[in-house]
Amino acid sequence: MDLFEYQGKQYFAKFNIPVSAGGVAVTVDEAVREAEAAKYPVVVKAQVQVGGRGKAGGIKLANNADEVRLHAGNILGMDIKGHVVKRVWIEHASDIAEEYYASFTLDRAAKQHLLMLSAQGGVEIEEVAAKDPTAIIKLHINPIEGLSPATARQATIDAKIPAKAVDGVSDMLVKLYECFTKGDCDLAEINPLILKPTGEVHALDAKVSLDVNASFRHPEWEEYAATEELDDREKLAREKNLQYIGLDGTVGIIANGAGLAMSTLDVVNQVGGSAANFLDIGGGANAEMMTAALEVINSDAKVRSIFINIFGGITRGEEVAKGIVEAVKRVALRAPIVIRLDGTNAEEGRKILAEAGIPESQLTSRPTMIEAARAAVEMAK
Amino acid sequence: MAIFVDQNTKVIVQGLTGGQGRYHGLRNKAYGTQVVGGVTPGKAGQDVEGIPVFDTVADAVAATGATASFIAVPPKAAPAAILEAARAGIGFVVCITEGVPAQDEARVFATLQRDYPATRLLGPNCPGIISPGKCNIGITAGEIAQVPTAAGPNVGIVSRSGTLTYQALYELKQQGIGVSTCVGIGGDPVPGTSFVDCLAQFQADPETHAIIMIGEIGGSAEEEAAEFITHHVTKPMSAYIAGVTAPAGKKMGHAGAIVSGGKGTAQGKMDALRAAGVQIGLNPTEAGALMAEIVKTLR
Repeated sequence: MDLFEYQGKQYFAKFNIPVSAGGVAVTVDEAVREAEAAKYPVVVKAQVQVGGRGKAGGIKLANNADEVRLHAGNILGMDIKGHVVKRVWIEHASDIAEEYYASFTLDRAAKQHLLMLSAQGGVEIEEVAAKDPTAIIKLHINPIEGLSPATARQATIDAKIPAKAVDGVSDMLVKLYECFTKGDCDLAEINPLILKPTGEVHALDAKVSLDVNASFRHPEWEEYAATEELDDREKLAREKNLQYIGLDGTVGIIANGAGLAMSTLDVVNQVGGSAANFLDIGGGANAEMMTAALEVINSDAKVRSIFINIFGGITRGEEVAKGIVEAVKRVALRAPIVIRLDGTNAEEGRKILAEAGIPESQLTSRPTMIEAARAAVEMAK
Repeated sequence: MAIFVDQNTKVIVQGLTGGQGRYHGLRNKAYGTQVVGGVTPGKAGQDVEGIPVFDTVADAVAATGATASFIAVPPKAAPAAILEAARAGIGFVVCITEGVPAQDEARVFATLQRDYPATRLLGPNCPGIISPGKCNIGITAGEIAQVPTAAGPNVGIVSRSGTLTYQALYELKQQGIGVSTCVGIGGDPVPGTSFVDCLAQFQADPETHAIIMIGEIGGSAEEEAAEFITHHVTKPMSAYIAGVTAPAGKKMGHAGAIVSGGKGTAQGKMDALRAAGVQIGLNPTEAGALMAEIVKTLR
């Protein structure tokens, strides 16, 4: 789960990482109130989960209430690369002497934590990596040994962080690592990490991605889940506990298993169609899950046909077929279904589907994935 | 032969008295797997349809001589369960639990590496492993797996996805092709056993003559596999990678299946495997068909 900048900063603050005083606002009036509290000059920052906010005009300096009104008014509702700005973050503007970069992630190949640190911050780290790879130091950290202050200090020196900032940056690294590990982050990134003219080191931005698998030990994450940017289909799917991702195509997809669902998207694409969604109903594929899945797909106005792709492993084909028949009866579908049922007792399952009395215009069956995909794509035209 | 598990593998189920553990543990036993015990703290002395339950893994090992463990406990309890099995001397641990935090997985893996190098972990969040006709640990439907023949050719399967693994097993069965072992390594960011671990074993296993690999987007495990194949695998291979059309930045069901920062794309993985001499199917059926062709040339 990706956090907005303001949430990331609030999260950082829990781990004593210094961030600027500020507040979040959804209206111009609120923005002014937050600006008064933070003291001028302030920065008005669009809260969207996409890079390039500054270039798009989503970050502005304001010296007084009128300027806050002007900028917040412009930024709220602004479309930045398809993301509509619903909130702005207002914080006291920081004086910047230098800008650095620091992040912790999990290196999946090494199965260890990875620190990336650079004395060149404030720009996309990918750009730095492309231009001058030696400007970034990468340090693996054994997850059971952790990051010691001494190691953090050495990394800071190795990254050619100026002497005056070494204490502040290495202290920051230890805190950020604590946030990354105890805070169950997939990513904890500060860019830029700034040195103020007064000598303090400070997080000017925050990019935090949380590992939702750890939600059970972070009840405080509930507020983040509430602001997740989901479309109406995704919200409905979330309510029904379905693994769903909305896409832009016309073929609704239901499959059992994440891999098979991904594969179904690919096959639809391979035969010239486009998927409206990713939806994994899990191994069981019973009538309740199938009904919920069809309701979500049915709520998508773009869907012109529905491809149900089920492979029966432990769940037998006839059980799956009964579930589908039951679900089709419960939901008034706008689009025809093509089903591919394979695996354990698939023959029996197909027989149940064929004899259920559902008209061919509403439900047809194809023996293989590719044939079913072709039929579904044809119907979606 | 087979890899990792065979007819001599003695299995205990951690969480045997829970819903999942009981259901799959009994299925595994019915398949013919030597399921010799279960572990649930506080339930020593009970039994599940004749399978004795113990308080600790150490007790279970002492009483039964178990060599493998099947872990079917909730995500909160899984890391401790894995380490308990390792401490008790279990050599092969299969953890099917979905939803273990990545930080826990990383710590567990590092702990195994440092303190229990003799223990191999499969998973978490994996369907398990089956050596058809010999041993089935996990949630695979044994009846869709073709038993290997002494003469061969037999195929080894290694996969990150559950249902696509079943698909591969099923397609080989349709063609009458035997499977030496089918390993589901799981879809999490830090799997205990990697593609490379399995490929090394399959390469060394005289009963395996060809290998199917099923990967998906996210991470670099397939690229590492390609590198390994180039230098160490001489057996013919086919592969399928799921997620060609997956949008960047979205987790596709599995915690590890995500394209981020332009890395971990299906195209990159297919290109790497193709360069390593692996035949690539554009869908799972095609990968199965390619394998059927490969097997014909081996017969």
